[in-house]
Amino acid sequence: MRLSLHALTKSFGAHRVIDDMSADFGELRTLALIGPSGGGKSTLLRIIAGLTAADGGAVQLDGERVTCTREHRQHLSVVFQAFNLFPHLSALENLLLPLVQVHRVPDAEARAMAALDRFRLADHAHKRPAELSGGQKQRVAIARAIVIQPRVLLFDEPTSALDPEMTAEVLDVIEELKAEGRDFVLVTHQMGFARRVADRVAFLADGRIVEHAPAEQLFAQSASAQCREFLARVLRY
Amino acid sequence: MKARGAGVAGAALVFGFVVYAALWRLTTRGGWESVAGYWRLFWNGWLGTLGLASAALVVSVVIGLVLALGRRARWLPVRALCTVHVELIRGTPLLTQILILYFGVFHLVGLENRVLASVLILSNFAGAYLSEIIRAGIESVGASQLESARAIGLSTAQTYRFVIFPQALRQVLPPLAGQFASLIKDSSLLSIIGVEELTQNGQQVASVSFSTLESYVPLALGYLVLTLPISLWSRWLESRAHFET
Repeated sequence: MRLSLHALTKSFGAHRVIDDMSADFGELRTLALIGPSGGGKSTLLRIIAGLTAADGGAVQLDGERVTCTREHRQHLSVVFQAFNLFPHLSALENLLLPLVQVHRVPDAEARAMAALDRFRLADHAHKRPAELSGGQKQRVAIARAIVIQPRVLLFDEPTSALDPEMTAEVLDVIEELKAEGRDFVLVTHQMGFARRVADRVAFLADGRIVEHAPAEQLFAQSASAQCREFLARVLRY
Repeated sequence: MKARGAGVAGAALVFGFVVYAALWRLTTRGGWESVAGYWRLFWNGWLGTLGLASAALVVSVVIGLVLALGRRARWLPVRALCTVHVELIRGTPLLTQILILYFGVFHLVGLENRVLASVLILSNFAGAYLSEIIRAGIESVGASQLESARAIGLSTAQTYRFVIFPQALRQVLPPLAGQFASLIKDSSLLSIIGVEELTQNGQQVASVSFSTLESYVPLALGYLVLTLPISLWSRWLESRAHFET
């Protein structure tokens, strides 16, 4: 994907969550957004996803201007922190809903089963979310995200609601997707994982992109004192 | 559970005996015999009540749905109109509404068909109450569900159909069933416009047989036969909804 931001702004009431954000990430496969809470990571991801409209400025994705429309949302998939599966539908039905009602693919059932099978969820296809563990739920959510073959996957802190073992289970899956060559943007607090999986990492604080660089470079020798302090704080334990 | 069942059965037995003893004292053999001769009037009235309530049930769900969605509409005049209507209906007695609508509005527009008028009045009344139940059900579906529906690219109509309604239905079914029991009982007020239903026919039997209590006790039983199964069903739905969460 090719992703760039041009003088992007977004406020909630008097609070400027995204404050004149500009950056050209160039051509890349995976981008990780890191930084302190309230720095604007999730809001930026939601603007890219077409779930929130920016107040000003623009996001360009693969040469197209991102809009807050259903048409745009159909080409992307979002994986949320809280899974956001539909509790009244089985795992399989959760995958079928977008496939059948939005994308109208003819072989929906076979494709959905194949996606569940891939993530070792075939035995759970007919269970409702309440009968699944947190890690299984998030894997179903990821299967729902990839089954429509989106242009870009967007992960919003996909492991923040999981215990360490389940976190590993979900990160394994994301790493597989990376190996497969899928493009994604990931908001995460898992610094080790961001370093391993992302081509490029952007550090956001106070509604601005303080710096962005190839993952190795940013973690080894970040240019800004703010980023170095943040990394020192979160990597201490 | 067993002890509770025995308790309920015991209470019902005692209550039944008291009612029986009271009826034994207050009614006469001759009274029951003369009323029994009019069983067909009771039967027709009961069928009339069943028909009116069933028709009103269907129409009231449609009205309730329209009002509930209307109160969530983006356009302020629609929202305001639906709110005023719901509050007007909920704030006035059904009897008053029957008088105003049947003898006032319907008379002016030339709608003289009593059955049709009854169904309209009753479903308009129940619809206002249903709309509040439906609205609460819709609002019980969390914001993250709506977000998720948006994220996978569903339209607003699809979101209602596949995400909101199926989840809201589970929440609203028990109070909805309770509302249907009320609707059946409320239909008795329609007797004042002389439509053929249970209360109206019970009054007719009372006036020709001169046996009041003997005419009105079957009336109560006729309503209980309809409302008891519904309230038991509602209770069962409620317990099921609890287990699922």
